[in-house]
Amino acid sequence: MNTDSDPNYGVVPLPDTEPYPDDVMAALRVDAALIVARYPRERSALLPLLHLVQSVDGYVSPRGIDLCADLLGLTGAEVSGVATFYTQYKRHPNGQYTIGVCTNTLCAIMGGDEIWASVSEYLGIGHDETTADGLVTLERIECNAACDYAPVVMANWEFFDNHTPTSTKALVDDLRSGAPVAPTRGASRVCSFKEVSRVLAGFHDGLADEGIGAGPASLAGLNVARANQASQPAQASKVTRATQAMDGKTTK
Amino acid sequence: MSTQLTPILTRFWDDSQSWTLATYEKHDGYKALKKALTMPPADLVQLTKDSGLRGRGGAGFPTGMKWGFLPPPDGGPRYLVVNADESEPGTCKDIPLMMAAPQFLIEGVAITSFAIGCDHAFIYVRGEVVHVYRRLLRAVEEAYAAGYLGENILGSGFNLNVTVHAGAGAYICGEETALLDSLEGRRGQPRLKPPFPAVAGLYARPTVVNNVESIASVPPILLEGAEWFAKMGTEKSTGFGIFSLSGHVAHPGQYEAPLGITLRELLEMAGGMRDPSKRLKFWTPGGSSTPMFTDKHLDVPLDFESVAAAGSMLGTRALQIFDETVSVVRAVSRWTDFYAGESCGKCTPCREGTFWLKQIMERLEHGEGTQDDVDKLLDICGNILGRAFCPLGDGATSCITSAVQYFREEFEAGMHTPAAELFPPAASMLFAKETVSA
Repeated sequence: MNTDSDPNYGVVPLPDTEPYPDDVMAALRVDAALIVARYPRERSALLPLLHLVQSVDGYVSPRGIDLCADLLGLTGAEVSGVATFYTQYKRHPNGQYTIGVCTNTLCAIMGGDEIWASVSEYLGIGHDETTADGLVTLERIECNAACDYAPVVMANWEFFDNHTPTSTKALVDDLRSGAPVAPTRGASRVCSFKEVSRVLAGFHDGLADEGIGAGPASLAGLNVARANQASQPAQASKVTRATQAMDGKTTK
Repeated sequence: MSTQLTPILTRFWDDSQSWTLATYEKHDGYKALKKALTMPPADLVQLTKDSGLRGRGGAGFPTGMKWGFLPPPDGGPRYLVVNADESEPGTCKDIPLMMAAPQFLIEGVAITSFAIGCDHAFIYVRGEVVHVYRRLLRAVEEAYAAGYLGENILGSGFNLNVTVHAGAGAYICGEETALLDSLEGRRGQPRLKPPFPAVAGLYARPTVVNNVESIASVPPILLEGAEWFAKMGTEKSTGFGIFSLSGHVAHPGQYEAPLGITLRELLEMAGGMRDPSKRLKFWTPGGSSTPMFTDKHLDVPLDFESVAAAGSMLGTRALQIFDETVSVVRAVSRWTDFYAGESCGKCTPCREGTFWLKQIMERLEHGEGTQDDVDKLLDICGNILGRAFCPLGDGATSCITSAVQYFREEFEAGMHTPAAELFPPAASMLFAKETVSA
């Protein structure tokens, strides 16, 4: 535990963690070896290894930092210095589901601020805080590259497009009650924080073929182009000719 | 005649299972790779130069020229690193591309690697999009199984490994040298240039860093020819690009069009403003780091030269549309929060400057600004622009200086009136304000 002689940087000190049980440690080392083998130099494995630590501990634990340091020949301080740079690495145990509400400018204005205020009040927690049942961690997130589906909410980094305060409250209710929840564009269900962390460490969960390829907004331009091509076939410009040459077999 | 859309990378996104190798092969997938493997690599570089393809990640540097900057082979490794860390506010083109048709990127990676003599390529995708990461892992797996990646590709003797690497949440890693540091397992902070990545990139070896859309454009260019590509767009901004419309438009989304199309044309295709009675107030041509435009700029051709001549940058063609209900002070204040939060802390102008800008913008947003706050904002911006270590610092100033240029009176109103009073946020929202019941 924290003592008076420890530096205090204004954050809640991490609780001590027990060493990994032997079987967990053995499995971690097997996975770690697979990760390290993907890279020409072993230090490149650090980011996926930290995701791997989160897949077991639900955050970047002191024992996980020690493990990474040991695997890569680094000091704990070096590993910690990297882990604290990136927002996806959690400094304290994360809930089973991270609900991220985009409050960057565009989503905020389209309604993200209202969603944030309402879900934060509903759950009684703020940014990077977790509900008492340990199920939901709330985050204000930055632009997640889905602005055409604003306002956007992410649940464990799966897309929930075009949300409202009501739909977001329903989402957290469903997640907390264990009801099945499917992202708008993503797998058929929302995996747990630990499961998703394992995917981010580079281990397939076999769900890539689930879900849709493109949502309605992603297809907006394609639909307009098709409609134009159908309505004015004689007026093909050099550009549409080029497109037809590119895709001759399927041109109407 | 008005500009027509050119669905090329987007053309089969509505196929069922559009992301699979089988679908891609049905749409001429990997024909370009087969062609490439019969050509001398130098010819591929030349063809890309001839096409005029310029980087689609924001800066617009000619792609073929970037490849040409690699020093002659010295027997050691050379790397291709794809920047798939799409995080610029407003930018949302690479993520849907990799979700719907990741094989474009994988084939482009194979061709580019062959062209530059690389046998290990990396795709650095941001970690906050798990399904896109799954699709990339699967796409690479399928490509290996079909013999498009791995040892002795299609009997050519060419070997290529591809590693898909997930980031962990840091806007700055979209800056190419920060990305390389991150890929090396470090804090993602930019490096001093020179040396440029072409000379000393990943592991200090010659490296090409290209955006997703740039690399994905390579297979169609090779298949149809440099001339085909160069016929689209404008003289110096050739080809097509994905334009992403978001915000107060009737049909936000992805519109693939030749460079040089105008916002007026795009808006018409997108059904106009979301509320036709509301005037367009301001918009970004290429993300929040590009100086904003107003309704005076509806007819600026969206190509690199024309946008620059009008005082902004084409950037990532991320067209965020805001109507007259929106407070520009609130919008800029939120972007400024973002830059302050994402500043990596390496250089003083950005680390300290964004910290100060954020405080002033907050004051102005709450109607608590002081007499000299607007001038102080501009002064701080002047001390960041061109003095920061990387473009993040410059980007942080763009929205402020351009907004003050066009809407100074709104900033001055921030001395006495909160933005939310002048522009009630509920008027801008997509849904009716709901009563919160906890």
